[in-house]
Amino acid sequence: MRTLWWKIMALALVLAASITALRTPLAPAIVYASGGPFAPGGNSASVIGYRTHFMAAPVRVFLENGGQFVEASSTVVADDTHLTARFEVPVGLREDMSDLVVVAPGHGAMRLFAAFYNPEKGTGAVDGVTDAPQQGERAGFVFPNRNILYETIRNLNFHVPMWFTMMLLQTISFVFSIKVLGSGRWLDDRAAVQAVNASLLFAILGLITGSIWARATWSGWWTSDAKLNGAAVTVLIYLAYLVLRGSVTDLAKRARLAAIYNIFAYVLMLLFIMALPRMTASLHPGSGGNPAFSQYDLDDSLRPVFYAAVLGWMGIGTWIFNLQYRLARIENRHDEERLR
Amino acid sequence: MRSEVLQLLRLEVALDLRQRAAWGGMLLYVVSAMYVCHLAVSDSLSRSTWNAIFWIILLFAAFNALARSFQREDQGRQLYLYTMAHPRSVVLARALYGSITMLALSLLSLLFYLLFLGSDPMGDASMGPFVASVALGGVGFAAVLTLISAIAARAGNGIGLMAILGFPIVLPMLLAVMRASQLALDGSGWSGTGYYFLAIGALDVVTLTLAWLLFPYLWRD
Repeated sequence: MRTLWWKIMALALVLAASITALRTPLAPAIVYASGGPFAPGGNSASVIGYRTHFMAAPVRVFLENGGQFVEASSTVVADDTHLTARFEVPVGLREDMSDLVVVAPGHGAMRLFAAFYNPEKGTGAVDGVTDAPQQGERAGFVFPNRNILYETIRNLNFHVPMWFTMMLLQTISFVFSIKVLGSGRWLDDRAAVQAVNASLLFAILGLITGSIWARATWSGWWTSDAKLNGAAVTVLIYLAYLVLRGSVTDLAKRARLAAIYNIFAYVLMLLFIMALPRMTASLHPGSGGNPAFSQYDLDDSLRPVFYAAVLGWMGIGTWIFNLQYRLARIENRHDEERLR
Repeated sequence: MRSEVLQLLRLEVALDLRQRAAWGGMLLYVVSAMYVCHLAVSDSLSRSTWNAIFWIILLFAAFNALARSFQREDQGRQLYLYTMAHPRSVVLARALYGSITMLALSLLSLLFYLLFLGSDPMGDASMGPFVASVALGGVGFAAVLTLISAIAARAGNGIGLMAILGFPIVLPMLLAVMRASQLALDGSGWSGTGYYFLAIGALDVVTLTLAWLLFPYLWRD
């Protein structure tokens, strides 16, 4: 029982986080607005929402341009997810692109960024603008509904924990490799290779979940991206580590060579991963000029689920390593008894 | 320590002067690779392709050149060296000699490359950063690949294993020098490429420190 609690906790966390990640509804959001350039004068746009309830509530529709709001002069709601709004666009709006803001009770303020092009830039409208609308409360526990991501945002709770777990296992392997050089014990060497094996399992899972996500959002199974290069290098390094082990038959020599390569490769890999985002463009959030997830996720509903998933998967990874390590220890004892 | 490194360095030079064919072989490898590219490419190349081909050739030349640094000695001479010198002096001397070799090889390669594939893409390059990126690239490959060469030689599996072990590890260096030389080709000066030279320098320091720390464990048998 003494060593059982963290395994139960890891399982519970993964289970809870996975169920929450798949079951939590997305926040209502505006996903599409038609309409060409909005020149000054009358313009109408048809708006499509996702998980919205336009029928149930008095809906107010606004344009926002450079901090100035223009309310729709008329709004026709077709059903829960479709409406048509007509705007009297004033002269002199400041920015190139106007955002569409829809305020509905229980939905908060839903915004479609850069929805309409403003062909005639000015220095700010004088007439026909209103104050910023009240934000309104958003009801319930929902995930953020982001452009391009939409429902795939749930994958954050599966894809990212895989990489975190992989890094943890590689760090464990690194520590055991240092111990090999110090002690020369075969058991430490076996621990190092078992941690690498487990880390490769999580790397493969990370690659699969990432590839599916990339197909859905960036429309390619593999894209040229700093983080993807980092992942490729990491997998190649540890596959090379296994090849190196396979090509040496002398056990003591194998332990030492593998440990040296592991230490060398781990440090360089860390440097690479830290320096890389500054060298090449990235589509990932939080690098290459893209905003991080925390900036999207203002209501913090994704954060606890994500942290639970990370902790849980790290626990599962450590558990896998722990089982293999114990197996290696039994094998080691068996070998020693046979030699005696 | 310093005099020991210098003596070992002198030994390397003497050994290489005795085997001049090896040097000729390295140069011939580069020249033939470039000649093949010359035959394969009929039109004038874009700047980025020109840059990429150069670095690919130089990368493989570096693998070839640095594989020699540990693989040419037999068991007997290794044992002799082991009794005579500190392993850290050995690895420093080898890394230093590898760097000098690669410096010469990369600059010579650039010369042949300009000869065979034309210098049109260098039209509005800033020469200082470009030549510096080529020189530092060669030195950086040497710094990274010296320890890998030693590991591969110890594993007794020759140049095949060295390529497998070295490729993922040399990638950060390769990426940094390729970006630096590309920027220099596009005409950006020291201020634009400075970050990459800093990164290359930092990588050199880290790899040499790691080699210095780890080599004694590799050396003893």
